[in-house]
Amino acid sequence: MSERVRSYVRAAVTLACAAALYEALARSGWFAPALMPTLPQVAGALAAAIADGTMLAHTMSTLYRVLFGLTLAIVAGLPIGILMGRFRAVENFVLPLASALMPIPSLAWVPVFILWFGLGNTVAILVVFYAALFPMLLNTWTGVRAVNPLWLRAAGAMGADENALFWKVIIPGASPFIITGLRQAFLRAWIAVVGAEMLAASDWGLGWVIFDAKEFLNTPLMLASLAVIGAIGFMFERLVFGSLERATVLRWGMVRAAKG
Amino acid sequence: MADVALATAKEAEPRWLLIWRNAFPFLVVGAVWEIVARLGVFPPRLFPSLETIAAAFWRLTLAGILPHHALDTVIRLGLGFALAAVAGVAVGIAMGRSRLAEDIALPLVSIGAPIPGLAYAPLFLLWFGLGNMSAVLLVAFVSAFPIVFNTWTGVKAVKEIWVRSAQAMGADDARLFRHVILPGALPYILTGLRLGLAQAWRILVGVEMLAAVPWGLGWMIFGAREFLNMDVMLAGVAVIAVIGLALEKLVFQRLEEFTVVRWGMIT
Repeated sequence: MSERVRSYVRAAVTLACAAALYEALARSGWFAPALMPTLPQVAGALAAAIADGTMLAHTMSTLYRVLFGLTLAIVAGLPIGILMGRFRAVENFVLPLASALMPIPSLAWVPVFILWFGLGNTVAILVVFYAALFPMLLNTWTGVRAVNPLWLRAAGAMGADENALFWKVIIPGASPFIITGLRQAFLRAWIAVVGAEMLAASDWGLGWVIFDAKEFLNTPLMLASLAVIGAIGFMFERLVFGSLERATVLRWGMVRAAKG
Repeated sequence: MADVALATAKEAEPRWLLIWRNAFPFLVVGAVWEIVARLGVFPPRLFPSLETIAAAFWRLTLAGILPHHALDTVIRLGLGFALAAVAGVAVGIAMGRSRLAEDIALPLVSIGAPIPGLAYAPLFLLWFGLGNMSAVLLVAFVSAFPIVFNTWTGVKAVKEIWVRSAQAMGADDARLFRHVILPGALPYILTGLRLGLAQAWRILVGVEMLAAVPWGLGWMIFGAREFLNMDVMLAGVAVIAVIGLALEKLVFQRLEEFTVVRWGMIT
């Protein structure tokens, strides 16, 4: 425990030093103040944006897009991944397509989607879907295939039918991989949504704020939005997925969770 | 995870069967695409037939435009990734070996990493101007994070007993580093490099759209949108897919085979 406290203290010291260094640089006047605002200015911009409610609105529309797209990716990726793991024919059909589509960065589709669906929410949601689909699909597939065959036979010997086998053995057995997939999917989705918002200009969204603020050289607001984006990403990673992992995989004692 | 391989070297299966099995899904999708395009459900300008896309590809390749775009993209990727690899591995090793470096760098890296790379793009554009400089620096910056993290983990994961036995056999620091720590950490470092390259690739296309670079596949696609040149855009996407696939298959699987697998670190 004391080790942990010490590492927090050290982290705090480091961050304070980095902040002080930044502040000194910003005040030294070596760089244009418009490009390198001081920390109080950034904090002021953040406070102002929170106070008038715009930051909340931007955050909400970004979260809406990312969660909508992610949900679609889960709804599509999970069943297909499971089918791929269970049936050879599905695997043979989907795998080559997935391997060919996966290396295309989701952002490359933005201009195509803009022409097809117009500017706005649809483009961002579809880009998020594309970004999140493959980690979900491939991790689920790997997970289902990695279920220890011994467990399957043991459950079969103890008289489990197909249904029980699926829900009680395969799904829990594949869950470390599925959760890893979910995690990767969220990370990719989070990157994709910011890019999509910058390119497919809508009126709301954290990515759009940053890009819009650039036009007006509003660097404090850019840095403030950057901080919000980082905080949300961090929160999801630690709180949501961390607790999901603790509630499922760790509790079931399957700690050999693959780290992406 | 990504080595889902087009050719999952199955047990002695005839070659033609393997090729057929991998080609079949593409034929089906291509046929569906072609039918939809020819039926005229969507305007042909927005949903061109495969023939039109292939023609655009051929035209642009002959004119030397497409190769120029692709070359610039690859050069940018290479430069950015090389910067990230050198800096990332150096920082990661320093963090793994020295407590002080770890204390200084870890909080900064942990804060910077969860922010999506593209969110930095406008900031970099303001600081370094439009064009190549921003694009390369941003790609380097973004892809450095996974490299630092994995290198750091790898150096820390080197078995204590290897280090001690090497020391007991009289290895000095340089030899210890060269013959024990580096090979021991290499599987992790390679994973980091692989993730970093994938990250760089995903970011680069977006950056090219934003940074208004004169050449580059991302820019080509984005520019073609203005003129409703869907055939050019899709040809560009296809080239992007090929480059991405080549990176994965040719660069990394080879590298892994030549080093880690040969040393028996992973099989």
